[in-house]
Amino acid sequence: MQLLIYILKRILQSIPLLIIVSLISFFIIRLSPVDPLAELKLNPSVSKETLQKETERLGLDKPIIVQYGKWAKSFLKGDLGITSNGEKVSTKLKERIPNTLLLAVVVIFMTWLVGVPLGVLAALNRKSPLDRILTVLTSIGMAIPSFFFAVLLLLFAVKTGWFPVGGLTSSNFAEMPFGAKLLDLAHHLVLPVTVLFTISLAGLQRQMRANLLDVLDSDYVKFAKAKGLSDFKVVYKHALRNAINPMITLLGFEFAGLLSGAALTEYVFQYPGLGRLILEAVLRSDINLVMASLMMGSIMLIVGNLIADILLIITDPRIRVKGGAA
Amino acid sequence: MIKEVFKQLWKDKFARIALIVLGLIYFALFFADFIAPYTKDFSDRTMAYVPPSKIFVIDENGKLSKPYTYNYRRDFDGENLKIIYSLDRSQKHYVKFFAQGQPYKFLGLIPMKRHLITTDPDGRLFLLGTDINGRDVFSRLLFGGRISMTIGFLALFVLFPIGLLYGGISGYFGGKVDSVMMRFAEAVMSIPSFYLLIILASVLPSGMTSIQRFMLIVIILALVGWAGFARVVRGMVLSVKNQEFVQAARSIGQSRLGIIVKHILPQTTSFVIVAMTLSVPSYILSESGLSFLGLGIQQPDASWGNMLKEAQEFTNIISRPWLLTPGFLIFVAVLAFNLIGDTIRDVLDPKMDVR
Repeated sequence: MQLLIYILKRILQSIPLLIIVSLISFFIIRLSPVDPLAELKLNPSVSKETLQKETERLGLDKPIIVQYGKWAKSFLKGDLGITSNGEKVSTKLKERIPNTLLLAVVVIFMTWLVGVPLGVLAALNRKSPLDRILTVLTSIGMAIPSFFFAVLLLLFAVKTGWFPVGGLTSSNFAEMPFGAKLLDLAHHLVLPVTVLFTISLAGLQRQMRANLLDVLDSDYVKFAKAKGLSDFKVVYKHALRNAINPMITLLGFEFAGLLSGAALTEYVFQYPGLGRLILEAVLRSDINLVMASLMMGSIMLIVGNLIADILLIITDPRIRVKGGAA
Repeated sequence: MIKEVFKQLWKDKFARIALIVLGLIYFALFFADFIAPYTKDFSDRTMAYVPPSKIFVIDENGKLSKPYTYNYRRDFDGENLKIIYSLDRSQKHYVKFFAQGQPYKFLGLIPMKRHLITTDPDGRLFLLGTDINGRDVFSRLLFGGRISMTIGFLALFVLFPIGLLYGGISGYFGGKVDSVMMRFAEAVMSIPSFYLLIILASVLPSGMTSIQRFMLIVIILALVGWAGFARVVRGMVLSVKNQEFVQAARSIGQSRLGIIVKHILPQTTSFVIVAMTLSVPSYILSESGLSFLGLGIQQPDASWGNMLKEAQEFTNIISRPWLLTPGFLIFVAVLAFNLIGDTIRDVLDPKMDVR
């Protein structure tokens, strides 16, 4: 019950946040010198009526604050408008958001699966050659520019022909049986996931190592050791559980970083995700599409942080006792 | 304190290597005009996509010779529809050191003609090949580095005062001021940073001079990064604002802004230094990412990011691998900054001693 109230409170808190986000984005975009309807006007398949309707809907002839009001009103009604190609923004988003989420979730899952054990390993063997090697490897992982790494992998894919070089599905995807579909998806995901995985793994491993070292240094762990508990029990039963908690806060940050980092990776791999969508939209100065994808990106980020905070409440009894008033 | 930090950096093996590497890079960038065989805008259209020049020290008779190179010849192979590059062995071009070459203005001020390495006027010395416009990649790497390696620092110098003041005011005043200011900062942080970066960059009008564009990119980078920093500063201010020295300053009648600037913000110095060194690489990466997409530094100016733009094409990365060199430089620079940042954090943050 308490948790429910907390979640509700957080959702209410994020509403003003989203309003400010939309204001900021709207004003930035309207600063742009490019005519937002330029492409629509050039497109012969878009009729005059649509154009007129769109001009009116956006209120392009009115002052900017009225324009914003109009946009906000239709946004609340769930009408996201049409793109400069005449497609519906909402269909476009529905198509792209799951792809970006898929990428982010797979990457987060994998980094946790690998990063946490590696962090523990490094912390338990502090200053050993293994720890040193891991530190060097993570330094390298953090320093590779994502787009450059992506380009190198692309080169690798083209040369070996082992991996498809773009998109998310093969051209004959629709006719495949279910199992083959999954395999095809996985095959396309390997390269983009590798890029994002390498880059976010480094930070996670380091954080985990530092946390565990912090905890191992604390009094209660020393006490447990003094009491004669086996090292195994001390580490896995007492230290680890406390070292993991701060990592959950990191989950929110990681998600945010992935949304940003994915944009460049998606661009290089021609991956049909939100990041590439917004990039294309920005280059075409497609207001509706930019606004909608910015809002979706922000909502995803806020929800990601919320989920991380809720997980933290569930796992960390100390926060629960305080009444969840984080 | 700075001396102490430097001493510790020198003691650490990795950090020392990183310092030396960065020192070399910045040294080369400073003397770029002199080191580069060509000027930034030199282009020979007949020499597009030429591979790196081969330098010979043993001549055709098998004898040791002064280093020399041959120009490349471009021929079109009609059968395979490919351009073939072959060495034009009819004329030797000796490589000359400290010789007269293209005129330039050293640091934009002193007119000079000497280059560290060059060849005779008819010869072409492309140490790392050329790009689509027949421009020397090696020279452009040096000039591009000037932009890529300074833009991050400049952005930080814009961002840190803003973040410090914003966080300081928000934390010190507290109450309504604080919550309004923090909501705004949180909203900025809720937009995925790269999305914010590209919409800001897309607003820049075309037809600006390169200096204007450079300055605006600096400001954009700062606009994206200040919020997170301001939030941390606010937290630190909250933790010191009720200590005795602040109360003392208040009781002798210091103004509120004076207290924030003179007494509270100096408490955050070591955090600021750590945060600055740790965030330089992320700004280098942001700029190169932006330029890679064509939204940052624009042609004909060079930056490591926009030089990599050509690597987006398959044919380029497969048959012209020298176009990838800017990526390796970004990698090396970022790695070096990270290593130094890690060590500085260990030195200045005693809590992290366990590492």
